[in-house]
Amino acid sequence: MSLATPLALIGRAALGLLAAIGRVALFACAAISHVVRPPVYGREFLNALLQIGWLSLPVVGLTAVFTGGALALQIYSGGARFNAEAVVPQIVAIGMVRELGPVLVGLMIAARVTSSIAAEIATMKVTEQIDALVTLSTHPMKYLVAPRLLAALIVVPLLVAVGDVIGIFGGYFVATGSLGFNPAAYLENTVDFLEPLDIVSSLVKGCAFGGIAALMGCYYGMQSGRGAQGVGRATKGSVEAAAVLILAANFLLTGVFFSI
Amino acid sequence: MTEALPPMIEMRHVAKAFGDKTVLRDVHLSIPRGTSMVIIGGSGTGKSVTLKCILGLIEPDAGQIFVDGHDMHEGDRDAFLARFGMLFQGGALFDSLPVWQNVAFRLLRGALKRPKREAREIAIEKLRRVGLTPDVADAFPAELSGGMQKRVGLARAIAADPEIIFFDEPTTGLDPIMAGVINDLIREIVTEMGATAMTITHDMSSVRAIADDVAMLHDGVIKWTGPVAEMDRAADPYLQQFIHGRAEGPIEAVR
Repeated sequence: MSLATPLALIGRAALGLLAAIGRVALFACAAISHVVRPPVYGREFLNALLQIGWLSLPVVGLTAVFTGGALALQIYSGGARFNAEAVVPQIVAIGMVRELGPVLVGLMIAARVTSSIAAEIATMKVTEQIDALVTLSTHPMKYLVAPRLLAALIVVPLLVAVGDVIGIFGGYFVATGSLGFNPAAYLENTVDFLEPLDIVSSLVKGCAFGGIAALMGCYYGMQSGRGAQGVGRATKGSVEAAAVLILAANFLLTGVFFSI
Repeated sequence: MTEALPPMIEMRHVAKAFGDKTVLRDVHLSIPRGTSMVIIGGSGTGKSVTLKCILGLIEPDAGQIFVDGHDMHEGDRDAFLARFGMLFQGGALFDSLPVWQNVAFRLLRGALKRPKREAREIAIEKLRRVGLTPDVADAFPAELSGGMQKRVGLARAIAADPEIIFFDEPTTGLDPIMAGVINDLIREIVTEMGATAMTITHDMSSVRAIADDVAMLHDGVIKWTGPVAEMDRAADPYLQQFIHGRAEGPIEAVR
């Protein structure tokens, strides 16, 4: 093997990665341009709101309540090492609102919604339903992608807000039920400690993660290969890409909002 | 003196390759208006690619395609597509919509949009035309048999009274009786509507039932074309091997 071979492999991988980033960026631009231009397919948009928002509430609620409860237990036992048990309400609030709420909701949406969008659109592609849309004078980006993207941009921040509140109450129930905290003081400490920037950052992250989840589902679905294997690959790839991009975006947005 | 009308569809020197696999080399094809052309040829010879090139679903690498005398790239794309109806091989019905909304899809949105009640009435009328009763209108595609799905696909293809109708393997996967019913329906509809039709099939009984003219695609070119009545008398060895289903001949059995 010559010295150039590993370099060529690295170069090929780098070019492949850049090409993929370019394709996704072009797809995202096209999708956004269809979101802001008429016509809007109202029925598809409302259906996407229902699927992405309302039907995700149970999984978001359960994830948040257990995480908030576990967080309270961890902070209490960890804080006890240096007599800081009293900070449970503040740390649960800041942990849920700044980080765990948006990230866990984002990852749950990637698991539940991105996979479902990718599988549905990929199946439509392999069964020629996308070609059928085109022959019926309907742009697939407008009919399939734009309603899902718009719905995710609107509804995922709301899911994050719901997740934040439920997570805080998960901590509240554990703290007041088994750790001996006063209920009124717990809520007062939570409200006093949170700042508007915490809530704004949570909602902005929700919006960004919703957009990533919907775009990855649509992109991988539209790029799907043939047959059941193509649909499987598209679904798997969409969830992997959405999860990694959500975590990367979380890091960047945390830096933007909270870097000192 | 009246000027002769141009063919409804004309392909000139059309070529298309996918990577290093050349599918269409140099396709010339002319379909006069109001006639039914059937394209035959083995699997993987580019019949579906030909059809998708005309619709603009696939961009040819070379050549020109004219519809009603105009280059297909000229003018408004929606208006261009509004002239076509298409029956897909697997039906390609939208799973999430009930049957009547599949049939009336074009009538519920875009330039041809009508009130919902009127669109539903048209859909039910088109369903009747293809031999389906109104009670299937509210069913979902997954609840229908393969033959019924084909009929719904056919109803959708004719819902907006197109000038040109494409049929991609209309009888694939159907029993012989249902295949005969679909063939008869296609022939009746094309004659009744005066539409120009282009059908892709391997099924020789479909060819004889549907075609005015036949074209055989092989090795990326049209090997033979002519009226269906002349097909059996034609001397072309490729055509004769194909229509008689012989393993021996110029077309290799293993491709």
